[in-house]
Amino acid sequence: MYPPKFDYAAPRSLDEALGLLSDRGEDVKVLAGGQSLIPMMKLRLASPAMLIDINRLPGLSEIAESDGYLRLGALVRHNDVGNSDLVSRRNPTMAAAAPWIADPIVRNRGTVCGALAHADPLGDWASVMLACDAEVVATSASGQRTIPMRDFITDVFTTALREDELLTEVRVPVSGSRTGGDYQTLERKVGDYATAAVATRLDLDEDGRIVGAGIALTSVCSINTKVTEAEALLIGQQPSTELFVEAAEIAARTATPQDDVRGPAEYKRDVVRVFTRRGLATSLELAQAG
Amino acid sequence: MTTTEQPRTSPEICGLGHSPRRIEDDRFIQGAGHYVDDIVLPGMLHMAILRSPVPHARIVSIDTSEATALPGVVAVVTGELMAQHNLAWMPTMSGDTQAVLATDKVRFQGQEVAAVIADTVYTAWDALELIDVDYEELPVLVDPRKSLEPDAVLIRDDKEGQTDNQCYHWESGDKGTTDRAFAEADRVVTLDTHYPRSHPAPLETCGCVADIDPATGHANIYMTSQAPHAHRTVFALVAGLPEEKIRIISPDIGGGFGNKVPVYPGYVVATAASLLLGHPVKWVESRSENLISTGFARDYHMHGELALRGDGRILGLRVNLISDNGAFFSDAQPTKFKAGLFHIVTGSYDYTAAHVVADGAYTNKAPGGVAYRCSFRVTEASYLIERLMESAALELDIDPAELRRRNFIKSEQFPYASPTGFVYDSGEYERALDVALDQVGYDDLRREQRERRDRGDETLLGIGIASFTEVVGAGNSRDFDILGLKMFDSAELRVHPTGKAILKLGVKSQGQGHETTYPQIVAEELGIPASHIRVEEGDTDTTPYGLGTYASRSTPVAGAATAMVARKLREKGRKIAAHLLEASEEDLDWEPGRFFVKGAKERGVTIQDVAFAAYTNFPEGMEPGFEGVHYYDPPNMTYPFGSYVAVVEVDTGTGKWRVRRMVAVDDCGVRINPMIVEGQIHGGLAEGFAMSNMQFITFDDSGNCIGSNFMDYLIPTAYETPRFELGATVTPSPHHPIGAKGVGESATVGSPAAYVNAVIDALSHLGVRNIDMPVLPHRVWQAIQEAKH
Amino acid sequence: MEITMTVNGVAHKDDVEPRVLLADYLRTRLGLTGTHIGCDTTSCGVCTVLMDGTPVKSCTVFAVQADDTEITTVEGLKSADGLHPIQKAFKQEHGLQCGFCTPAMMLVGKALIEQNPDPDEDEVRWAISGNLCRCTGYVNIVKAIRAAAAESRGTADEGPALVDLTNEPSPTVSAPVG
Repeated sequence: MYPPKFDYAAPRSLDEALGLLSDRGEDVKVLAGGQSLIPMMKLRLASPAMLIDINRLPGLSEIAESDGYLRLGALVRHNDVGNSDLVSRRNPTMAAAAPWIADPIVRNRGTVCGALAHADPLGDWASVMLACDAEVVATSASGQRTIPMRDFITDVFTTALREDELLTEVRVPVSGSRTGGDYQTLERKVGDYATAAVATRLDLDEDGRIVGAGIALTSVCSINTKVTEAEALLIGQQPSTELFVEAAEIAARTATPQDDVRGPAEYKRDVVRVFTRRGLATSLELAQAG
Repeated sequence: MTTTEQPRTSPEICGLGHSPRRIEDDRFIQGAGHYVDDIVLPGMLHMAILRSPVPHARIVSIDTSEATALPGVVAVVTGELMAQHNLAWMPTMSGDTQAVLATDKVRFQGQEVAAVIADTVYTAWDALELIDVDYEELPVLVDPRKSLEPDAVLIRDDKEGQTDNQCYHWESGDKGTTDRAFAEADRVVTLDTHYPRSHPAPLETCGCVADIDPATGHANIYMTSQAPHAHRTVFALVAGLPEEKIRIISPDIGGGFGNKVPVYPGYVVATAASLLLGHPVKWVESRSENLISTGFARDYHMHGELALRGDGRILGLRVNLISDNGAFFSDAQPTKFKAGLFHIVTGSYDYTAAHVVADGAYTNKAPGGVAYRCSFRVTEASYLIERLMESAALELDIDPAELRRRNFIKSEQFPYASPTGFVYDSGEYERALDVALDQVGYDDLRREQRERRDRGDETLLGIGIASFTEVVGAGNSRDFDILGLKMFDSAELRVHPTGKAILKLGVKSQGQGHETTYPQIVAEELGIPASHIRVEEGDTDTTPYGLGTYASRSTPVAGAATAMVARKLREKGRKIAAHLLEASEEDLDWEPGRFFVKGAKERGVTIQDVAFAAYTNFPEGMEPGFEGVHYYDPPNMTYPFGSYVAVVEVDTGTGKWRVRRMVAVDDCGVRINPMIVEGQIHGGLAEGFAMSNMQFITFDDSGNCIGSNFMDYLIPTAYETPRFELGATVTPSPHHPIGAKGVGESATVGSPAAYVNAVIDALSHLGVRNIDMPVLPHRVWQAIQEAKH
Repeated sequence: MEITMTVNGVAHKDDVEPRVLLADYLRTRLGLTGTHIGCDTTSCGVCTVLMDGTPVKSCTVFAVQADDTEITTVEGLKSADGLHPIQKAFKQEHGLQCGFCTPAMMLVGKALIEQNPDPDEDEVRWAISGNLCRCTGYVNIVKAIRAAAAESRGTADEGPALVDLTNEPSPTVSAPVG
């Protein structure tokens, strides 16, 4: 299949890109990895009048740690995350999720920030970022603002980004050394969207008590959903199987899955229960080892 | 010969049993394969097809004016225009009719409604968006059981005399005998299962370049065809073109698996467009079009009953099935057998009573019913009997391997007449099972299974067996034809004066390695080194007539034709050799590649000497040349068999299962090229896994196809696909010239039941008895939940 | 839009519409038909090429995006030294049947070996899991990639002598008798 016609620009500077965005915001799509957008255009499900290709913008391909944050620029590809020693040391949830995004070839091209901005409710990164209390940085010709991840995705395929804004960075607070995380996902095959997935994060203090917790769900709510009630339950507690079972119950209760070809709602809810329990157990192991 | 025996020929000659690397690979590894979409002709135009978004609707109007006005668009073709040329409908492979472009109604989502021909493929797709079709929607039937109800809306109102949605009723076996067997049974085991709709989905989609010379009327049609000769004849019948002016050329094919057996509307429209416009027209379908409109497979709703004695001996089998044929009955299969060769369903077991009743139903789904890596519904049959055997083993509490042993047809019973009319050629079923069980370490696995259950492991172990028998190589001309064309095949061998040769065949490789294996047959029979023989296939102007490559026919039929034509030349060669050696024919002996005088081995001539003499020094009165042709009408089908053992681990938390081991022991008779045989088995095992685990097409209640692209129609990657462990036994076919049976489909036929039986086996202690394919995680979970309650 | 692309070592300058897909550009404009197209949804991977050494699905990259890059297609694997080890290995290990996924599989294999000179079976299966094959069940593709890796490391098994139909043994034609 072949895409419809569009105008194309490949700006070489951020200012140029932001200028184009503010001039033609309404019918413009930003092209980063393009691994979701281009197929949609080929299937003629999307027909933007203009694409602004940001792949030639400088300085957006870095994964770096500074000021207590792990920062991913707009052009960081899924495989950059998967191959990053920094990520694997600092953020086990992200490291666990990276291999399960799309497939290995798509991961060479697709970007983390692009996936977040696309806001597909079946997307994985948003749950990871919710579990890790991330923020996104939105940049426009008129300035820059940060948006907490939990406020970023507002609806299916809809975010808090304005038409003139570019998502230039996603950043995750770096916890202490005793942190663990996991991403439990059920895909029918490589490249499939998750039937259900659960991102988990646990931070422990010196006594092994839980001081930070993150749980977020993919594919089982209308948008990626942070299970704040379960997080609150965990924080301040000594980890135990019973505690995790209770958190898993809350996660399952929080999910509002639909019946579809991937299975009935009750099934998905049960998978959330199983995955939350397993994910917390793995997170704990990693945190205790860390 | 067995696989462990030494080949008869030297590596230089490279006859049967050698594994030379493939000749065809040299172009493929350099990206120099030549597929239909690679063809570019001067002045070539591009075609795209507008398809119905709705599954059942009356067409009120089609407005093409905007599309026609788009710069670059050369023509917009509708059913009305096709009807003016008497081309709005075409015959199917099953003698039904199918709309080429819809005129009255659309009957499935994705049906062809109009076509745009433009200067570029981008423009053609742009123009599709500008065609305005007004549909008046009709009630939709997606369940064949509902479409057979008396008050169901009539789908095929185009067919005179058609008053309901039944497209056929067919029976095999004997009802009376079977009823009596059931009356005598100690136990009756039943199974209701749906073999889901699947699609062969070769990685190359279907397409063609139609090039009709406006001056001469000669039609060169390059197309993705597994059966170019049959297609030429169909084109002659459909388009009314004189057959001598049609040349079908099937270049390299990027996988077929049955998908490229039927004639599709796109081919016909592109050909008509080329005729009308005087330009070559290329049409290559997108993946979505491939999945929603071209030859699906399976979609059988089966009810099976097995009558058993208390000791596990089978007394009889009863099957009632409903076939979902979609909107047009276009199963590519022998005319006489409406449910293909499904009546092989009695399997590898010895009993005298069986009765099969099949009803075909029209529904608002794509037509097809192709033999997807399968010999005409054998896959469904093998699955049903092997699943029933698992059920019987569980109900009777007999080990599934033991139950099979008690019922196998014994090797001394061959040729064996089955209760539904087949005559099995040869088999050693118990040996294949023993080899498989031994290789997998059956007893240890059973122990591990018990231990896991006792421990209450979240991950359970299951062991599944399938001891299948296939029937391939259609056919004999008494019983097998497609549209009246008898299912023989052909080989023409031309040995040049220097002893090199070209072999031309009526079949067409789609990756099976014909360019390598057929020369090995000639090498075996005639002693010409396989490397000296070039194979030509796929061009109807240059190759002898044949019915094509599907249903594992190539080796059983064309392979036999190849051996026979080589033998013909060997006999002629003997006369020439006698002339050269000044001896009588009776005094000559033969070793691969050489005739010599009995008792004086040094007095001989090579086959190359003989070939040269056939052109330079032949006996007086002999017809010159060293060429021959053979049309082979097989005396019987061949019956490959095997035993597969799958070992799976089931995560009871999520219902996800993985294959830990898959041991496959195949007996396909004599193996021409063991390396290629194993490659075929690997592929079949993977596709069998796909069907059991994830790959299917379904529809929602509104008739929307779910499975219209590779995000929904799931094909396993290397990550999910099991690792395979192969074993072999060799029981030659007694009636095939080289004892070979065909192997391309055995593993697709045999393996699904092994995988599913393994999952059921893992969960059997919970009371789980059936999960329909694909055995998706949620279905496993549901089965566990239901068993709990 | 004007673009410059180096494909298999040769620079090409062209004016292309932005919507032209890289796969399409390579196939129709440059005639490099070894790159195939098999789906619409970036799922099958048969269009995979190397873009600055990294495998990408060329049906999901616009040709204009490949401006100023180096592209390697299957046609670029062979060099003056002959076939690339990955090509030889695919033939040797029977890593292909219909040949449609083969160019992509070889390029992914080549890129993998360059990153990981000694991939185990799991690593190879994972690396090619963005590429579908319908014929081989992947068994011999995995073997071929590992064999090519071994060859590249110089630790390939000598193995048994091969019968290669394309290396013609010399025929024995004796003089006609009589």
